[in-house]
Amino acid sequence: MIGGFLGVGTPEPLIDELIRQRKGNLTVIANDTAAPGIGIGKLVEAKLLHKVIVSHIGLNPETQQQMLAGTLEVDLVPQGTLVERIRAGGCGLGGILTPTGVGTVVEEGKEKISLNDREYLLETALRADFALVNAFLSDYLGNLAYALTARNFNPLIAMAADTVIVHAENIVPVGVIAPDHVVTPAPIVDFLVVKN
Amino acid sequence: MDPQALIAKRIARELQNGMLVNLGIGIPTLVANFVPSGINVYFQSENGLIGTGPIPEQGMAVPWLTDAGGRPVTALPGASTFDSAMSFALIRGGHLDLTVLGGLQVDQAGLLANWMIPGKMVPGMGGAMDLVTGAKRVIVAMQHTAKGKSKIVETCTLPLTSVRPVDLVVTELAVIAFPEGCATLVEIADGVSVEQVLSATEAKLVVPDHVPRMTMSA
Repeated sequence: MIGGFLGVGTPEPLIDELIRQRKGNLTVIANDTAAPGIGIGKLVEAKLLHKVIVSHIGLNPETQQQMLAGTLEVDLVPQGTLVERIRAGGCGLGGILTPTGVGTVVEEGKEKISLNDREYLLETALRADFALVNAFLSDYLGNLAYALTARNFNPLIAMAADTVIVHAENIVPVGVIAPDHVVTPAPIVDFLVVKN
Repeated sequence: MDPQALIAKRIARELQNGMLVNLGIGIPTLVANFVPSGINVYFQSENGLIGTGPIPEQGMAVPWLTDAGGRPVTALPGASTFDSAMSFALIRGGHLDLTVLGGLQVDQAGLLANWMIPGKMVPGMGGAMDLVTGAKRVIVAMQHTAKGKSKIVETCTLPLTSVRPVDLVVTELAVIAFPEGCATLVEIADGVSVEQVLSATEAKLVVPDHVPRMTMSA
């Protein structure tokens, strides 16, 4: 899992390191594949991805080309469903029931459940081996706070992976982030990376 | 008036004080330029912002404040930011008063297709399916025809966005509503005749005896 929305809030130094180490055949779960040269778009260009589970690939022609050529598997999921499946994965839930996608191609192969006269799709939880998180602030312990729209999927994926690797834009002493302003608590974070 | 601006200006008339509103990419984005004076609405960007403001002045953009199209925006005083789960809880949970989206096809029952053309254009649905399924009111902003073909069709041939019908379609020619599940002509643009609308429309349209002219936001 990789944080970010069209590259905003994506941990670029961690992406660059994956490319440097040529970590291939990856499955990426994220909101989108950004654009060529940006964020997850760099992994697509480097042909390191085997599959992506995303809501949107419209701004990355390279993803569409690889999908049509059959070299990249693309699983398109409605954005609200995607984020709730990740949330479920991080919260110990087996899945969620959502009205989104009922009666569309999204319902193919999924169980439909009727509750109080409304139909819902059973959407299963998502988890990953690694979460690559971008935070605006981290203290020395790994308490995290995010900036504006760079928050997006980051706090959700931090809960839904076995190993959580964080790139923080700024590292601050313990206490600088007030308890009320910590979004991701330190015990969730396994590794903290600072550029340079 | 430019057709896109005309559509956006007509839709702006639907805005009411205090509404939470989500605007899609393209013509819908233009609606923000025509908010009637005296009306204050909250614009949501589904990447995690309520209180989306105009594009920043040159040199004032910050990389972590963008709209759902990834473009730099500003946050108005009183804005709030949140994660994507909260953003879609607002959308799906019945807290969003209005969404304005683009369309590829709308059928005569009001069903919308706007996220893919099989084999040609597969951008992904992004937030569109959640928006149409969850918003209290759904308005489609689109040109009446594409390459001479009507976009208001009997039955959508493209994959549906949701089985929830839209409430209003606004084109450069007409405003169409769906009372009791039937596409009904409710307004026509200045200089356009009912016959012109009918000949540009594939769907069966209910035409009342009197069809008023489109009125614009003040």
